[in-house]
Amino acid sequence: MTRPLDSGDRLPVLLPFRLHGSERHHRLGAGSGVLLCVGLALLVSTASAQAGRVTPSVLQVIAKWAPLLLTGFAFNILISALAMLLGTILGLGLGLGLLSDWPPVRQVSWALTQIFRNAPWLVLLFFVMFLVPFQITMFGLRIPFPDWIKATVGFALPVMANVAEVVRGAVRSLPSTQWEAAEALAFTRRQTMWRIILPQCVKRMLPPWMNIYSLVTMSTVLASIVGVSEMLTLTAQVHAAEGGRPELFAPLYGFALLCFFLYCYPINLWTTHLERRFQTG
Amino acid sequence: MTAWTADRPIVKCTDVRKSYGPFEVLKGISFSVRKGEVVCIIGPSGSGKSTLIRCINALVPITSGTIHVEGIDVGDPKLDKLALRRKVGMVFQQYNLFPHKTALQNVMMAPIHVLRQEKKAVEERSRALLAKVRLAGKEDSYPGELSGGQQQRVAIARSLAMRPDVMLFDEVTAALDPETVKEVLVTIRELAEEGMTCILVTHEMGFAREVADHIYFTDHGVFVEHGPPATFFTEARDERTQRFLSQVL
Repeated sequence: MTRPLDSGDRLPVLLPFRLHGSERHHRLGAGSGVLLCVGLALLVSTASAQAGRVTPSVLQVIAKWAPLLLTGFAFNILISALAMLLGTILGLGLGLGLLSDWPPVRQVSWALTQIFRNAPWLVLLFFVMFLVPFQITMFGLRIPFPDWIKATVGFALPVMANVAEVVRGAVRSLPSTQWEAAEALAFTRRQTMWRIILPQCVKRMLPPWMNIYSLVTMSTVLASIVGVSEMLTLTAQVHAAEGGRPELFAPLYGFALLCFFLYCYPINLWTTHLERRFQTG
Repeated sequence: MTAWTADRPIVKCTDVRKSYGPFEVLKGISFSVRKGEVVCIIGPSGSGKSTLIRCINALVPITSGTIHVEGIDVGDPKLDKLALRRKVGMVFQQYNLFPHKTALQNVMMAPIHVLRQEKKAVEERSRALLAKVRLAGKEDSYPGELSGGQQQRVAIARSLAMRPDVMLFDEVTAALDPETVKEVLVTIRELAEEGMTCILVTHEMGFAREVADHIYFTDHGVFVEHGPPATFFTEARDERTQRFLSQVL
């Protein structure tokens, strides 16, 4: 059974797989982001409607504790920013170690990167919390290490390993002809790295770096497990102070969720935007 | 250089061999280039031309044989590669400009950071070089904003800014649109006329015939035949050369 193909016939060809089209389905647009916020607000308000009249309403409770909770949230952001700063500096060094042309440096850097990338963040946090003393005496000078500093270091370690991998990936992704051109112009390896290669990598590294930041921010709540007074710790304390009323549970933690969402979601949107822009540009 | 005098070859290769694993790319190449001479290396793809000129500035280490550039032994394990590369400029097929720097910055970078020359003098010289390759007015353009031919001329200026004694050109017009090939060739011809020692790997037979003092034909890692262009193109004796020339001319 053969018949001539007319122009309307669709040949059974495999269409190219388009990652972008399918990605968009499960990525939130700005509009649906707003929708989600409204939904969360609704969750809070329905819970408050169920709360009855004798005890203060849920919204009142949240309003009362919001300043304290937001201070806690600011602390989360401070920890995340410092961890990111420290992790980025260390990660850049480790990343350059991964790219070293001296094998021992490369191997040690590789081992460090793998250890810190493949360990649960909470485990690393515990390690730092319990292995680092609460103060160090150096030259007769006492340097205290409060818990939150230790937590910051604990978060900086996985950041370091992930940043190192980002640096390595970005440098490797540049065409080797850039190295060749610099070599032919008698640049040293170090000069080539700092003046020619790394500046070109900044753009490539920015989206994954921001991604790491948003992950760190969300992970800072792990510090509550080791007793740092960040937002989640304070939320639990507020809940207890309000008599541990079960109907307060969802609104209080919902408030924490909302804070993190409102902070991290724009970062993720911006990251995606940059990724797309750099892809085409 | 005390060991080297201008009457000796500026580049001298003797029985140069290069292997990648079991695969021998260069199978004993010998030739020499005098100061001010223009030498063209032609031959089919994969015959080792690019590898050969990459060996001259030590981008590719040779397996055996010797290469001397102004008396510097390129094969010496203690070779000061940077000293060698200050004498030898190189221009690539894909231009390889630094995309994050403007045309002027591309030209200025190496003299400032490698030769540690004073910025103001370098800038003056770099502007003059860009004018020389007919790119005055494009100083602040980024490579991405320039055409292939313009980028390649920036690359030539960038190399010249180091004041090399020898220039290596690796198929520098192969990636260009036909209409921009000419502007690059004009630049190279001017250089040759000024007395710059040039070694070119090229597929532009007309150009080779016009500017070269000597033409070498490579095939499968050996020089099959060589001679001045006047006789090379008309009196090729080897069958391989004849076949190649009949294909490209």
